[in-house]
Amino acid sequence: MTAWRSLASRRYSDHVLGALVWLSAAIIAGFFVWLLADMASQGLERVSWDFLTTEPERSGRRGGIAPMLVSTLVVLAITFVVAVPLGLATAIWLSEFTRANSPSAAAIRFSLDVLAGVPSIVYGLFGSAFFCVWLGLGYSLLAGGLTLACMVLPILIRTSEAGLAAVPDDWRQGAAALGLTRWAALRYLLLPAAAPALTAGLMLGIGRALAETAVLLFTSGYVDRMPASWLDSGRVLAVHIFDLSMNVTGGDQAAYGTALVLLALLLVVNGLAIALSDRWLARRITHA
Amino acid sequence: MNTPLDSATSYTVSELRQQAACCVPQAHLAIHNLSVRYGSKTVLNGVSLAIQRGCITALIGPSGCGKTSFLSSLNRLVDMVPSCAVNGSILLDGEEILTPKTDVLMLRRRIGMIFQRPNPFPLSIRRNLDMPLQEHGFKDKADRERRIEQALRDVGLWQEVSDRLDAPALGLSGGQQQRLCIARALVLEPEILLMDEPCSALDPISSGVVEDLILRLGGRYTVVIVTHNLAQARRIANYTAFFWTQNHVGQLIEFGACEQLFEAPVDALTAAYINGIRG
Amino acid sequence: MSPSHTEVWLSRSLWLLASSAVALLLLIFLFLINESRLAVVDAHWLRFFNSPGWFPSAGQFNLWPMLLATVLATVGALALAVPMGLAAALFVSFFAPAPLATTFRRLLMLLAGIPSVVYGLWGLTVLVPLITRVAPPGASLLAAMLILAVMILPTVALTSEAALRTVPVNYWRGGQALGLSAQAILLKIALPAARTGIVAGVLLATTRALGETMAVLMVAGNVVQVPGSIFDSVRVLTANIALEMAYATDAHRASLYVSSLMLTLVVVAIVLLGRRLEAKQ
Repeated sequence: MTAWRSLASRRYSDHVLGALVWLSAAIIAGFFVWLLADMASQGLERVSWDFLTTEPERSGRRGGIAPMLVSTLVVLAITFVVAVPLGLATAIWLSEFTRANSPSAAAIRFSLDVLAGVPSIVYGLFGSAFFCVWLGLGYSLLAGGLTLACMVLPILIRTSEAGLAAVPDDWRQGAAALGLTRWAALRYLLLPAAAPALTAGLMLGIGRALAETAVLLFTSGYVDRMPASWLDSGRVLAVHIFDLSMNVTGGDQAAYGTALVLLALLLVVNGLAIALSDRWLARRITHA
Repeated sequence: MNTPLDSATSYTVSELRQQAACCVPQAHLAIHNLSVRYGSKTVLNGVSLAIQRGCITALIGPSGCGKTSFLSSLNRLVDMVPSCAVNGSILLDGEEILTPKTDVLMLRRRIGMIFQRPNPFPLSIRRNLDMPLQEHGFKDKADRERRIEQALRDVGLWQEVSDRLDAPALGLSGGQQQRLCIARALVLEPEILLMDEPCSALDPISSGVVEDLILRLGGRYTVVIVTHNLAQARRIANYTAFFWTQNHVGQLIEFGACEQLFEAPVDALTAAYINGIRG
Repeated sequence: MSPSHTEVWLSRSLWLLASSAVALLLLIFLFLINESRLAVVDAHWLRFFNSPGWFPSAGQFNLWPMLLATVLATVGALALAVPMGLAAALFVSFFAPAPLATTFRRLLMLLAGIPSVVYGLWGLTVLVPLITRVAPPGASLLAAMLILAVMILPTVALTSEAALRTVPVNYWRGGQALGLSAQAILLKIALPAARTGIVAGVLLATTRALGETMAVLMVAGNVVQVPGSIFDSVRVLTANIALEMAYATDAHRASLYVSSLMLTLVVVAIVLLGRRLEAKQ
């Protein structure tokens, strides 16, 4: 990152550009502060221990969000139990077991690029048609988790592959020259070296999964009571915010409170991702 | 011809003995009409020579003549390069190794490789040597410990690292790291060692120490070493092979006993290269 | 099992798992096409463009107003987000002192992570009333453009910043040596050198804007009409699917699947375009 001073400018146009850039940055930062301030002022008073541990009353105008928290955590767990092994396996295959120009690798990468761009509503439709109807799961946390797993898979694969690709080739060559199997190289060298990057990618995926609304609307349902099991329908935090703001008059305060809880969860996850990727960068520098 | 030992390094006396080149030449590796191609580009063509058992063979020639490709074919490491094709025949003790049936992992235990840039694993010093042993089936822990100590003594590192075997290998100096890589190759008790410019990434003092070590390996191991340093080749090699590019394809120009190649080269090109007129 | 056998077994099982990605994509397309059948047979597909309007109960499925709304919202969002995103990228890369730059970058990453439903909530409770004061009804195309712009700006900024970081220092030092002004160096050397990454980021942002459902649903008003001005309420394709899927049947339902298929095909086209541009580099 280069300091502005080192660009040694004196022209008028430079000052104009500088002013525009600083102005844009100020607007963005200002917007963020505005957003946060609004949310805090409207929702902070709702957030309390009771809010987190009791059930909603009167469609959510009163009471808490405990069932939503539970539903969210169950769906997340299902999503990642399914997506992590599949995603890691695919990333390992793409990174270590394919040649640069193999057709199957190209087909898989193309599919992943497309899957990553497909609108979430389409995943919702697919999930509803495939998991809920065709597989007979109905509106359930399981169907929601499986559909989210499909959505999150491309992100996980991309970040995991990038993490593995960043591991120096020297180690692969050294391992091969010693007659070590690729599995041994992965187990002792490559996966441990890529671990911070893999975890950072996982956190990114969790962040996206937490933010999803439309998908879960169609697969996990709308019911706001505590789910009895993973086959039961449930409402996640994001869907609760949607319902409170659009369909429940006077639900705005509760919606903001829920939004603050969701943001807090995301902050924790994001913070972990940043810390892990920074650690990854630090390791790269010391081991260069 | 031998540089005096630096007092900082000390070698054990018994195991690693200096021996003269073996008196009866015996082909350990017989290479016949080897050619290497990456995709549509041929990098090496029609190379035939014999690597003699127990001797140090130097491969000299300017960059891009296919010396590294030649070296990597000997332990089939060239397989890792996409769209690579190797034709010809390489016999290890009379057995062909360029077949699909060859057990490549076993081959690489018999033929070890040291790279230009030291590449110790991001593990402790002990684990660098222990892990390959475990992977190749050495189950007894005491046995492994013994082999590790022996390998470290052989390369002269034991005195320097015996009190910190669990420290990260990447914390060692460049010269120490390269010697660790040699120890790592030696711990599997290979028959042949392939070295791709092992000293070129090291400072002159470390380079001298590693060169000393290589000299001591001769006799007990068969060594094939790629080097840009003609003086180094003269110092340590028993046989020398000179490579050059003709029509953008690497060729073997001349191969012979070291003194003969340097004192009385047969090919005019060899003479020109050695005298610094070309390359 | 010998080591070579384990290798083969490992390689085959990983290939199987990896192919599930392709299988998934094919599966998705298959389902979409299957569910869309009803609406496309017997030249019914003409209804998508010929009908007087979108009145599902009367068998009329003119998609045009919603298509237009989707495109306008996306284009408007890009028009706002791309310049500001580039400015933010320049800010982080060249203008801000190091600690400020790191903080601002973290800020962008946080903004990128905020769920769309939270943006929608804020838009509904703060932005829409603001617009209402200027021109009712407030829930409008303008609100949709603004919310989308806010949502895709971090994507554009972060990918552009990453692209700028890969531009070799020599490039712009060369410009300095020639006595070029900072503005010339940044706009005419650095940005063009990073253009592959920037374009990739813009394409990514486009797919996100096209596919965004919740936030737009919450602020755009959801009236099916061709907008006369940016203050008119509109309904985008994604919002339409979300609103009506719950109770749609037969031909209506199939039409919704058709619109989702269309969206997916547009995304595929954009991905292909992106790859074509990257390959040219």
